Order: sequence, then structure tokens, then C-alpha cells
Amino acid sequence: MSEDYRGIFTDGLWRNNVVFAQMLALCPLMAVTTTATNGLGMGLATTGVLLTSNIVIASCRDLISQEVRIPVFVLLIAALVSLADMAINAWLHELYKVLGLFIPLIVVNCAVLGRAEVFASKRPVFASAVDGLAMGLGYTAALMLLGGCREILGSATLFAHASLLLGDGFAFLETTLIPKYKGFLLMLLPPGGFLVLGFLLAGKRAAERRWERRAMGRDKTKTGVQQSPSAA
Amino acid sequence: MNLWFLKPEYRQRLSYHVALLGGVALLTSAAIGVADHLTRPDIAQRQLEDLQITLQQVIPAKYYNNDLVRDTVTVDDGGRPLVVYRARRGGQVQAVCYQVSAPGYGNTAMVIAVGVDRAGTLLGARVISHNETPGLGDKIELSKSDWILSFTGRSLNDPQPDQWAVKKDGGAFDQFTGATITPRAVVKAVKAGLEFFAAHRALLLDEAAPGSIAGQPAPDRGNRL
Repeated sequence: MSEDYRGIFTDGLWRNNVVFAQMLALCPLMAVTTTATNGLGMGLATTGVLLTSNIVIASCRDLISQEVRIPVFVLLIAALVSLADMAINAWLHELYKVLGLFIPLIVVNCAVLGRAEVFASKRPVFASAVDGLAMGLGYTAALMLLGGCREILGSATLFAHASLLLGDGFAFLETTLIPKYKGFLLMLLPPGGFLVLGFLLAGKRAAERRWERRAMGRDKTKTGVQQSPSAA
Repeated sequence: MNLWFLKPEYRQRLSYHVALLGGVALLTSAAIGVADHLTRPDIAQRQLEDLQITLQQVIPAKYYNNDLVRDTVTVDDGGRPLVVYRARRGGQVQAVCYQVSAPGYGNTAMVIAVGVDRAGTLLGARVISHNETPGLGDKIELSKSDWILSFTGRSLNDPQPDQWAVKKDGGAFDQFTGATITPRAVVKAVKAGLEFFAAHRALLLDEAAPGSIAGQPAPDRGNRL
């Protein structure tokens, strides 16, 4: 069976995006997206776990029986997150100091269990890996977008402290848009997260409707062109 | 695959479910156990390095020529043992470092290391771990804001005891926009740390009269911060 990898990627990044279409994983989303840097860190950590959990679950999908699949998935995901937590703490300690807060939060990310159930338990290993990667990148993009919006509105900076997460080479990303900005606290608190998410969702809907209309318009003109010779 | 237990009719049985769930639980626990065993020495080493870095931040190098991580004394602080690291120069204790903790926003514990010199002046304070809101309360970290440096050089009488509070409460220390609870808790914890030094001064400075030593020197309690 050949897989539609392009379709899988479009699903993960846009059509079936974890945040903007599935509306999953909102708890860690609201908790960490006060800056774009935090969003990026959480997104990358989640992508790693999604990718490995999809691979593990797809490779033993024939062994897992329907009746007990959910507890088995939960066990596997929780174990993977614990392993990642310990490994990063021991061998990538600098990264751990930045990401340490986010890693245990991944366990409660229902999107990971969601992908295991919907995709990895039914599809081949490679397709599942692609799906995990695409979903993870889509989630990362959503986290960064939301984090960036809240950061700009809330504290008028963008990618603050990026060099702590990515290394000193990325210090150029750190921008202060308005010096001595007083701060708009609401945006940094969870209600602000919901407000920004609402506007982003509305924006996505509007963009999709517009594209749909344009595609329909193109179809009409195409049929029009085809008809014109016969009319002439 | 022709394994007998993989045949569909076997997979419907209760015993297969039990064995599968039990097997996965065993496997994952074993994996975590092995990983814990493999990473434990590395994590301990990293924590020791973190501790040394913290000690260096709160006690300037000119105060000691001993290995502070090894020169400790354990003091009973209200029923709870507290490890105190002693900085010596020429055999005499010049400064001490220990951790204080305080409930932060949402009652999660914050741990702060403080360094105090012989006169009871704060040489420095650093937040070791906390769970404060990213972007709001985390300005107590030195990497995000230099607010924590405002404690350096303070003592119990500077500012006056009733001024040991954030400005919103009529004290001498700044709070953050949108976060008062966190800095308030830090101020309270640092003050409690200085009071701890005042209460146990002789013991901490290793000057208690011989025979009346309440705290036993801890041999090697490495990384308790």
C-alpha cells in the first residue's frame, strides 16, 4: 500500500493541525505560550516524543489487542517521556535547564495518545513516523504563532531568551519591539491565550473560505472558457 | 509471523490481554529502571556541578580557599535538617551558604541559595528551582532579570525589619508587573535565611564552645541544594 506522504504532511501542518483543527493539547498550550521561545521549546520536545511514540506503537501494532490498547499506549507514552526526561537531564543538562519544565507536561498531551490511536495503531511504521513528525511540526508552528502573538501583545518582545534555548548563535532573534512597554498582563495569563487562539482560529477559517471561493471561481471561469467556443 | 499467540483467536482471550498489559508494564518499568541506573551518576554529577556554580555565585572567591562542597555542617532548622556549606580562608569560616525555601505562586516550592558573611551581610542570593509562571514570576531568575541582585549587601537591619517587603506592601524591594506573590515570597524567604544565620551564628561559623556542639559535621553530604 503506497502512502500519501504529502497528504500526511498537509494534514499535520494545516488541514488537521493539532491545535487549529483537532483542538487538542490546549492545556500545555495555554501554560507555556507566553513567549515564542517557550512555544518553540515545548513544540520541539513534543515533536520528539510524538515521533518516537508513533514509531514504537506502529511497530508493535500487530501485538496490541483492541481491548487493552488504550492502557498499553498510555504506558508506552509515559515510559518514553520518562526516558527522555532522564536522558536529557543526564546528557544535555544545559537544554534540561530550559526545557525541564515542559518535558513532564508532554505526558498529559492528549495529542500524543490521539495520534497513537488514530494513526500509528493502524498504519505502517514509516508512515506513522512521517505522521508523528508532521503533527509535531504543526503543533510547534501553532505554539510559536500563539506564543509570538501573546509575547508581542503582552510584553512587546519577540523570541526573548532564545539564546538560552538555542545557543548564543540565535541571540539575533531576540527583539524588543517597544522599549519600556508597560506590559499587557491579560495576554500573558490563560484568558489572553484563549482570546488569541480564538482570533487565530477565526483567521484560519476566513482564509480557508476565501481559498474555497477562489477555487470555485476558477472552476466557473474554466467552464466558461470551455463553453465559449461552442457559443461562437 | 507464525507465533502461536499471535493467531487472532488467541488474541481474543482474557489471558492474552492480561499477559499483554502485564508484559508491557514490566517492560516499561524495566526500561525506566535501567535508564535510571544508567543516568543516575551523570545526573548526580550535573547536580554537583550546578551546586558548585551556585556556591561560586553567592560566595565570591576571595572568601575561601577550601572545597566548600565538602565542608558542610548539618543544622536542625525547626525539625528539618539543613546542610550549610562553609567557606574558609586560613581555617576560619568567612562565609556560609545554605538553601531556604518558600511557597511561591500556587504553593509550589521555590528553593533559594543564600550566601552570608561573618557579619550577617548577604553576599548573594540565587533562585535554584521554582515553578513560577514563565514570563511573569520567572523574573526572579538571574538569567531573566537582575532583580535578585537587589538583595546583595543587605542585612537584617538594612533595610529596617519592617522594610523587608515588596514596595506594594510598603517595603524596599520592587515587585514585577503582574506578579507580586512571587517576589513577596522571595523577600520573605531571604529574610528568614538571614534570621536563621542570626539564630545559629556560633554554630555556623564553627565557633561554638567545645563540648556544646549541637550540629554534627556531616562527612560527605554532597549535593543537597
